[in-house]
Amino acid sequence: MSASADLAQIASAAKADAPPAIELAGVNKWFGALHVLRDVNLAVAPGERVVVCGPSGSGKSTMIRCINRLEMHQEGRIAVEGIELSDDVRALDAIRREVGMVFQSFNLFPHLTVLENCTLAPIWVRRMPKKDAEELAMELLARVKIPEQAKKYPGQLSGGQQQRVAIARALCMRPKIMLFDEPTSALDPEMIKEVLDVMVELAGTGMTMMVVTHEMGFARQVADRVVFMDQGEVVEVGTPDQVFNAPKTDRLKLFLSQILRGH
Amino acid sequence: MSDASISTGPRKPPITAVGPIAWAKTNLFSGWLSTAVTLALGYLLIKAALSFVDWAFINAIWSVPSNAQGPQTQICRDMQGSGACWAVIGEKHRFMLFGTYPYEEHWRPALACVLFVVLYIISAIRRFWRWELALVWIGMLTAIGMLMWGGIFGLSYVPQERWGGLPITLILATFGLAFAFPLSILVALGRRSSLPAIKVLCVLYVELIRGVPLISLLFMASVMFPLFLPEGMNIDKLLRAQIAIILFAGAYLAEVVRGGLQALPKGQYEAADAMGLSFWQKTGLIILPQALRMVIPPLVNTFIGFFKDTSLVLIIGIFDLLTAGKTAIVEPAWQGFGVEVYVFIGSIYLIFCYAMSKYSRGLEAELNRHRHR
Repeated sequence: MSASADLAQIASAAKADAPPAIELAGVNKWFGALHVLRDVNLAVAPGERVVVCGPSGSGKSTMIRCINRLEMHQEGRIAVEGIELSDDVRALDAIRREVGMVFQSFNLFPHLTVLENCTLAPIWVRRMPKKDAEELAMELLARVKIPEQAKKYPGQLSGGQQQRVAIARALCMRPKIMLFDEPTSALDPEMIKEVLDVMVELAGTGMTMMVVTHEMGFARQVADRVVFMDQGEVVEVGTPDQVFNAPKTDRLKLFLSQILRGH
Repeated sequence: MSDASISTGPRKPPITAVGPIAWAKTNLFSGWLSTAVTLALGYLLIKAALSFVDWAFINAIWSVPSNAQGPQTQICRDMQGSGACWAVIGEKHRFMLFGTYPYEEHWRPALACVLFVVLYIISAIRRFWRWELALVWIGMLTAIGMLMWGGIFGLSYVPQERWGGLPITLILATFGLAFAFPLSILVALGRRSSLPAIKVLCVLYVELIRGVPLISLLFMASVMFPLFLPEGMNIDKLLRAQIAIILFAGAYLAEVVRGGLQALPKGQYEAADAMGLSFWQKTGLIILPQALRMVIPPLVNTFIGFFKDTSLVLIIGIFDLLTAGKTAIVEPAWQGFGVEVYVFIGSIYLIFCYAMSKYSRGLEAELNRHRHR
């Protein structure tokens, strides 16, 4: 085992003392009769970067969408920052304030400018004065390296730019946790890097991140742990080194051979 | 070779490919058949236009002499339809516009109509789209009500039964759409609600109202509804017709709005949810602004349709613009001059509907600018 993997393990062990930022315990979900999440157990420590990978239809997107209740789980317990997801609307609102999300298809609001996209939630949800929200938005747009696009509409930007705006928009809520649902899957190859660079930079700030992605380079570079899912189950969890270099299960071996062949 | 052809840069298209001559050549005279059709249709068009000009202007009679028995319309009748008798408009326009409203008080409904138009213009300017606009509406409509009813500020009281003509049409259309539109948004949202009771209620409303003709709703409002009211209680006939129109327009508009809601990608709802926006914030800031922009054309289509459908109130004896026009030519002296009257009434409808249509096209272009690069 390499030294860096040891360090990563020590780091995540240290973080494990704090209460988990995200905790899934015995989570089950069905779409109709289809069992899409099977007894998922996972805890993410504050500041930890977790990459979730797996073949399509493995339930990885569904899992992270359950964390801010874009999907509802039917069994088990999900808690974010110690707040349990329940039918209580206040708990859900509290969780959504702390959790930022970036989607595969960006989902920017096309009728609002880039700046308005970024200031909307701070103004309406955090009740921030408009001027402060705009300052914050400009600061974050600068951080994702597109401050000059602030007055444009999303439709005038390239896919990579749109996704960077989407990241800035989520960061404007000052979330404690960021969820990424295949953030680079809808992008042209030449734009993937600009988005990944922003995510790597964000990982460097100590943000708790959960990223569904097939970008194995990104996973090796920033992930503390990699979660491999297949058919709704968490099959293997480990450091990038363990998961990519020493897969234990046949399913993971098969998956790795497939994506490596693809690259 | 290739270097030389690059260095010449873009060239202008040949003169035969652009300009009016090229347009006519490709669109009107592209072959012998299309040339023949163009010439034949052109001939018919010019002939029709000329005979209309003859009828409406050259042969037209603009006024008729009057004696003790009333206006002498014989010269109009002698024309035998070869020229328009616009004298009927000159003679009867005030009755057509204001119905049986007391003659010497006609300035009041006239001013009311002007106020309506001013209200439309103010509301059409996007700069004024703020909450204060609601106050302007309340103020204007109150002023219009005071003008029409009177009974205060030294204005004589005019009962609603004597109102008629254009103000009635504008009242029915304005109140109708002003109430039906918000109602339709609520119903459209309700139809997509996850609460079964609200959903069923909205579906029932739309299906019931849409399933019957407007005329039967108007009959119900004017004949059946009073039977359900306690003895001695009486709701104004105009108000009852107004409610029927609001309910009817609301059901149709709700389906148009629902179409817009459904056309929005699911990701927009999810992004708003993920940010922690409440239902009403999400609806008001993200969903409706996009959904309504998408349905401007069918929305205005329905608006225009209902502006004209207000004329159906004639069957329950309310004196709107069209009914007033019809009544104006009941008088024996003017019988038989329907065409002139209907052209006049039709142009008034056309002006309002065309203004709506023209405005909506501008609005659509302006509001959808974000879609263009």
